[in-house]
Amino acid sequence: MTSTTPGTRETLIEADPALPIIRITRDFDAPPDKVFRAWIDPDLVARWLGPRDSTIRIDSWDARTGGSYRYASVRNGEEVAAFYGSFHEVRPNARLVQTFTWEGMPDGVSLETMTFDDLGNGRTRCVGLSVVDSLEGRDAIMASGMEVGVNQGYEKLDELLAKS
Amino acid sequence: MPEDQLSRVFSALADPTRRDIVARLAVGDATVGQLAEPYGVSVQAVSKHLRVLEDAGLVSHSKDAQRRPRHLEAEVFDLMTKWIEKYRQQAEERFRRLDALLEEMDETEEYPTEQRFSAGDQKGAAS
Repeated sequence: MTSTTPGTRETLIEADPALPIIRITRDFDAPPDKVFRAWIDPDLVARWLGPRDSTIRIDSWDARTGGSYRYASVRNGEEVAAFYGSFHEVRPNARLVQTFTWEGMPDGVSLETMTFDDLGNGRTRCVGLSVVDSLEGRDAIMASGMEVGVNQGYEKLDELLAKS
Repeated sequence: MPEDQLSRVFSALADPTRRDIVARLAVGDATVGQLAEPYGVSVQAVSKHLRVLEDAGLVSHSKDAQRRPRHLEAEVFDLMTKWIEKYRQQAEERFRRLDALLEEMDETEEYPTEQRFSAGDQKGAAS
């Protein structure tokens, strides 16, 4: 047994308390070219991205360096959130750099860099670095789990802070 | 604003001395004097750091501020850990769908060596 058995490849999240960044690491049992394709082919992207209880509707998708994208999260036929940005760099099978904005917060933008590291034996490590434009924005993303709506976490913190 | 309060927690922890103080309080309650000892800094300096931690709700203080031991509000950390864990779980769910998709791609698709990086109306635009 090695440390790369399927049971140990769970997503790792790192949030720096001093910098507005989130780092996410995940290994996949597929070679970089295939994982990369699942990341940039809109038909494939729509099949895994987005929350479990909604579907992704891709409005535009030009995954080339300098291209742009927009997609919406749809629940029961209704658009619940929309996101857009540009493909800053599409380096086949190695690196994907995008800007990302949730239209509900149009002044907010993050820079998303995803690297696809070949681990050999048909495996790939994806490391995503999100640089958000403020600590507040980063914390909001962390607290909401990227979901739009009322945030119980904040409410709980309010209660807690009110007590102290 | 709730966002401000959460940010206060994060920014309170952005300072290494304050992280040290938190680590110390995680072991057990301590007075300002006890907290000041290892740093070779004034009680006033430590008090200042403690005030930031108190404002963020991370440390509780009592009326007799000089003597009474400071207490770490572990609940706040639990809450932050829960947020991060929830975020992680959502990412993990997404990636499990990607795992399944990658397996399906094995079974159903023999994709060409030159990949298609555009789609929809952009199809073939690179040629």
